[in-house]
Amino acid sequence: MEHLPVLLIVVPLMAAPLCVLIRQPTLVMGFALVVIWSCPLMAATLLQRVLADGTISYAIGGWPAPYGIEYRVDALNAFVLLFVSSLGAAVLSYAPRSIAREIPQSKHHLFVTSYLLCLTGLMGMTITGDLFNVFVFLEISSLSSYALISLGRHRRALTAAFQYLILGTVGATFILIGIGLLYQMTGTLNMADMAERLRDVTGVRTVLVAFAFLSVGLALKMALFPLHLWLPDAYAFAPSAVTAFIAATSTKVSVYVLLRFVFSVFGVGFAFDTLGLDRILLPLALVGIFVASTVAIFQQNIKRMLAYSSVAQVGYMVLGISFASVNGLTASIVHMFNHALMKGGLFMAMGCIAFRLGSVDLDRMRGIGRTMPVTMALWVVGGLGLIGIPVTAGFISKWYLIMAALEQDRWVVAALVLVSSLLALVYILRVVEVAYFQEPAEGDAHVTEAPMSLLVPTGLVIGATLFFGLQTSWSAGVARVAAESLLGLSR
Amino acid sequence: MSPSTVLLLTLALPLVAAVLTGLFDRRPNVREATTLVAGVLTFLVVASLVPDVLSGLRPEATLFEVVPGVSIAFTLEPLGMLFALVASGLWIVTTNYSIGYMRSHDEGHQTRFYTCFAVAIFAALGVALAGNLLTLFVFYEVLTISTYPLVAHHGDEKARRGARVYLGVLLTTSVALLLPAVIWTYTLAGTLDFTEGGILAGKADNLTLGILLALFAFGTGKAALMPFHRWLPAAMVAPTPVSALLHAVAVVKAGVFTVMKVAVYIFGIDLLASTHISVWLMYAAALTVMLSSLIAMTKDNLKARLAYSTISQLSYVVLGAALATGSGVIGGSMHIAMHAVGKITLFFCAGAIYVTAHKTEISDMRGIGRVMPITTFAFLIGALSVIGVPPFGGSWSKWYLALGAIDAHQSILVGVLMVSSLLNIAYLLPLPIRGFFSAPEGVANPKVKEAPLFCLVPLCVTATGCVLLFFYADGIYRLLAPLGGQ
Repeated sequence: MEHLPVLLIVVPLMAAPLCVLIRQPTLVMGFALVVIWSCPLMAATLLQRVLADGTISYAIGGWPAPYGIEYRVDALNAFVLLFVSSLGAAVLSYAPRSIAREIPQSKHHLFVTSYLLCLTGLMGMTITGDLFNVFVFLEISSLSSYALISLGRHRRALTAAFQYLILGTVGATFILIGIGLLYQMTGTLNMADMAERLRDVTGVRTVLVAFAFLSVGLALKMALFPLHLWLPDAYAFAPSAVTAFIAATSTKVSVYVLLRFVFSVFGVGFAFDTLGLDRILLPLALVGIFVASTVAIFQQNIKRMLAYSSVAQVGYMVLGISFASVNGLTASIVHMFNHALMKGGLFMAMGCIAFRLGSVDLDRMRGIGRTMPVTMALWVVGGLGLIGIPVTAGFISKWYLIMAALEQDRWVVAALVLVSSLLALVYILRVVEVAYFQEPAEGDAHVTEAPMSLLVPTGLVIGATLFFGLQTSWSAGVARVAAESLLGLSR
Repeated sequence: MSPSTVLLLTLALPLVAAVLTGLFDRRPNVREATTLVAGVLTFLVVASLVPDVLSGLRPEATLFEVVPGVSIAFTLEPLGMLFALVASGLWIVTTNYSIGYMRSHDEGHQTRFYTCFAVAIFAALGVALAGNLLTLFVFYEVLTISTYPLVAHHGDEKARRGARVYLGVLLTTSVALLLPAVIWTYTLAGTLDFTEGGILAGKADNLTLGILLALFAFGTGKAALMPFHRWLPAAMVAPTPVSALLHAVAVVKAGVFTVMKVAVYIFGIDLLASTHISVWLMYAAALTVMLSSLIAMTKDNLKARLAYSTISQLSYVVLGAALATGSGVIGGSMHIAMHAVGKITLFFCAGAIYVTAHKTEISDMRGIGRVMPITTFAFLIGALSVIGVPPFGGSWSKWYLALGAIDAHQSILVGVLMVSSLLNIAYLLPLPIRGFFSAPEGVANPKVKEAPLFCLVPLCVTATGCVLLFFYADGIYRLLAPLGGQ
């Protein structure tokens, strides 16, 4: 049990190359599913232990903390690990039937390998307490996700993957430069240690530059407006399962890393009082929410529409960070989770639609509410979550966000957040009208409901958005504990 | 069974009905029987709690905590009891009517219709039984969403446009005004529980309270206070049973119920009366009463006229809440029931005329009383009750509202009530008068042809209800007495 933190990373990391050796598609998938479902179990155990006993520190190879690599698990990253691995597992359970249509069978084992590597990278970025390690895992997850996106059957998947590769590499390089500058100033790579040593050099320009490089790099990876340009194409042209997986996990982990850097390494005082980070994040978040939501309204490709919606949703997470208060951070953290569920579920539903229709264009979705009632009902529930209708998880996020804004007497921000939900209403309603109140096209009248192997995982994820809209002690409750510890208010 | 179990059962029954109606897609008779049985059971379960509430008990049930200190929780108090009785009672009648209307009209998507209908009733009951503002808000939104497919039922361009306005106005007001009001209340008072005497006294200055009251009054779009009334006429594209449900039972009543509940249990009428923050609301409501009555007179389409009449009548309830006197609150709350029964009769009649004679414009309805005497007579009774003439239920609520206005020293508002009754006469009575006294066009002695029994019986039942409510208003008064501190 004591090796759990490292097992969580090593198990999927070691399993990935084995998949290449096994090659036989069915065996590979069976093996990968066993491996991947062990991850949420381990993460859940970790979260439970962290909540009971406090932060866990694990020294890799037995080298003690500031010298060796430390894995450090607290409430925040245990929570992120749990939902990232759970969604990774849920989407992979959904993948077999979906990729059978979208990816040539000869590449199935490569898909699974990249998928496991990507998940490893994301979990590694989350669990590690070492700055350079963050970069290493970031590259693992990025490279594997470029490969995953390029598997899309449309030829534009290749350009989308290439575009992401260029911008993602720029982002990663910025992060590396930032880490390098910090190392130069402090002589350490351990986050906790660095937080101590940074206090002596707060005002030094090198530290400021390092901070700038890091935040711009991370903003690129999390697709914060206006650095989101890679995201819509990547999401729209990747295979359905890949989109669901990346949309549910990848940007959230980048938001997590930003939280970690800002609050645990640099400290609230430096980031907000000295640098005024809120004055940059707040307008970017708000403009991003409005621009991306508006652009989403005009999309014909619904995967692309949801991609723009993701850019807007990242805005909500960043907005919560910019408040630098317990409720604001709770909103951010809980929205990372809620949005992972909603967007993961929505893209899975899009995968069901693509499975039957072979297209995700709005025109082709006419009358689909009748031909694929279950899929579309799940889609609508997910969509209501994006608007923030009560009983869905999205409402909980909005609640904390508005409360955080009102606490600080930021009336305008609260009003803008509420108005922006109405933009979400417009783009969701547009699809609902076409799907339910128009007759299917001639050729699509025979379309039937998606197979159970796709519907069941989708239903579970969407069902979870309803569950966490009501029972919030496992989502918002944990997020609150994490927010308090980030602000140094407890433990 | 303990009262709190009964409370949850009340909510579970319509939900079960929604699932079952969905399952019996291919067996219409079973499907509609399920709805009927569920309606009767729900009503009986609600009614079984009346003695408890009358004796001063407040059954409670808590489900789960959503945000710290605020749970999805239910408390049954007199106002909610009244609304729950109205909603579940009229559900039975409306189901009967729907069976006649939907079948003789050969409407499509009937399963979706009955399922959404049951969900809407579930949501309305949730609003009625809500123990705190968050729960109320949650069910308020569920009600909006579940009625959207009903409004867009026909699915053509006109229906979709109407439904878009419907959803747009209701969601915009609730998300942009009501939700911040709820969260703001929470940050001020630290709780959202409905408490006798209110929770805001001494928690904020008068200006803040005034803004908060405005957010609540306009944010409750379902109360159709001008300028947020446009959704109601837009929703007229729906089939008539839906209009009956929307305009008499679930949606609009949930709106004014919310306003009343907030005034009594969040602000507290003592706070409203002592700070005078609700005076502007009285005049806003009075203005809505007058303007929408005037607009109603210009409408020739019967359903549109009834829609504007509804907007005007809803503001009576808002007015009762804003008066912040015992009689005003009782009169306003009583009006929820009185208007529900009266207006549903009018809509049933409009639908019956449409199904049988295929007429929608009032100017075409000359001599309709000779073709459909029972329907036209029921329309007359419903109209008289809405106008507020004894011996019909509507007279009592107007009586108490007028008393409340006098208590609040607002003699102008007494005048408004009188004039509005005159306007009601001017726009509601032409139909029965022309129907009975003008000769129908073309044929000299047309044959009597009434709507199908499934339509005819419900409208007779509700018309009788208008009379009975006059004689049994005492029961409602006793139920509501604790609200007015009497």
